[in-house]
Amino acid sequence: MDMPKDRKYSIDHEWVVVEGDEATIGITEYAQDALGEVVYVDLPDEGETFAVGDTFGEVESVKSVSELFMPVSGEVIAINDSLADAPETINDDCYGDGWMIRVRIENESELADLLEAEAYLASIDE
Amino acid sequence: MSDSLIRTPLYDEHVALGARMVDFAGFEMPVQYAGILEEHLATRESVGIFDVSHMAEFRISGEGAFDFLNATLTNDLNKIVDIGAAQYTLLLNDEGHIIDDLIVYNTGLEFLIISNASNRFQDWNWLYEHKPDDVEMFDETDRTGLIAVQGPKALEVLKQIFGPSWEPPRRFHIEPAAIEGKIDVLVARTGYTGEDGVEIVAHKDDIVALWRMLLSFPEVSPIGLGARDTLRLEMGYSLYGSDMDLTRDPISAGLGWACPKSKEGYIGCEALKAIREAGPVVRLVHLLVDKGIPRHGYPVLHEGKEIGVVGSGSHSPSLGKGMATAYVPAELAEPGTELEIRIRKRTVPATVVKPPFLVK
Repeated sequence: MDMPKDRKYSIDHEWVVVEGDEATIGITEYAQDALGEVVYVDLPDEGETFAVGDTFGEVESVKSVSELFMPVSGEVIAINDSLADAPETINDDCYGDGWMIRVRIENESELADLLEAEAYLASIDE
Repeated sequence: MSDSLIRTPLYDEHVALGARMVDFAGFEMPVQYAGILEEHLATRESVGIFDVSHMAEFRISGEGAFDFLNATLTNDLNKIVDIGAAQYTLLLNDEGHIIDDLIVYNTGLEFLIISNASNRFQDWNWLYEHKPDDVEMFDETDRTGLIAVQGPKALEVLKQIFGPSWEPPRRFHIEPAAIEGKIDVLVARTGYTGEDGVEIVAHKDDIVALWRMLLSFPEVSPIGLGARDTLRLEMGYSLYGSDMDLTRDPISAGLGWACPKSKEGYIGCEALKAIREAGPVVRLVHLLVDKGIPRHGYPVLHEGKEIGVVGSGSHSPSLGKGMATAYVPAELAEPGTELEIRIRKRTVPATVVKPPFLVK
């Protein structure tokens, strides 16, 4: 199971790449594999703000729907438009082109609650 | 998985292929192998094989079999007096409500009924209670296995299995055949996907060998119930339990074509006459959704007011759109009518279309 070390993870199977006060968010390989082929992604609009733990969107496969939970609090400053026409990018490249939203981090201390790659791997191995 | 689920003779094959297994009508069945979208497209473009051994299978024989079935099923059995002919038909109760939909095959020796796994005991009990003494019934469900082979390359693959002198039966016909001269099967040119192909009935002890033989061809993929559902829904084929049930009549369900007006004297016939005369209050419609996946139970709206719920709902892999069925007031059932479906927190437009969703 691929778990790049350049990022942090949430218990809800999202990854976070932090650059300055911005965080890019997507879902992990474990999540995309469990979902199956993604056919639809529902993402928020730019400008929307969410608290950590809030549902910011949904990702759907033929057989299931999963909510997406904010790993940190922040304001949405960018969304990945390409996912509307090519939702399967999430399956093909969940850590790269399959990124979902970028937010301006509201509270840096929340980053400490996220998991390193090894801790995330351990959390899904039970 | 619960120990009380029934397994078809192909269960170990599915597990070995890495299938995700689920409970379907009390059977432990594969919902997907490689993935629903991939399996769906493999069937539309090449060949898909489906374990449908869970389906109910009855043999009806004896002097009175023809008259008995013609008086119990809605479609006109006189249309299938030729040996090997088959037809889609319905089993109704006295109120004209649907007990099951099924295909009846005239093998020449007897009649073979293949019906929904979920209705096996309801169908059996109804038929058994109504049969006269000169009719015998046998439940072959557990003795046999059934594999559907569907796709544009299906017949090519089958010719390699059955031998160069084999010719497939005509559409909606069934014929015996022998694989390598020793495995006896029945081959029916029927299916539930909209692709050309067959359904093969074999003894349960031969079904694993047949499955492996089919899979040995690189153009053949195993297909689970997930893709089976998206394939049939794209064609506008109904599924008992989602698109009709014991509360529905064939006219409302859009299945009046399987109940010829000229035929009399079958169970439910009088009730249907009354419904036809009065006109159905609700009708089953097919709804196309541009963005989003409608699912079973989601509300269907007209001008903001809830008028029905989604019966079948899924994503169309071929079209990249959402598809659904729903019973709506008859006056809103015209193709082109604009309705809406509430998909969790959003409301999306849904247009009534004449099935199939996928035009071939």
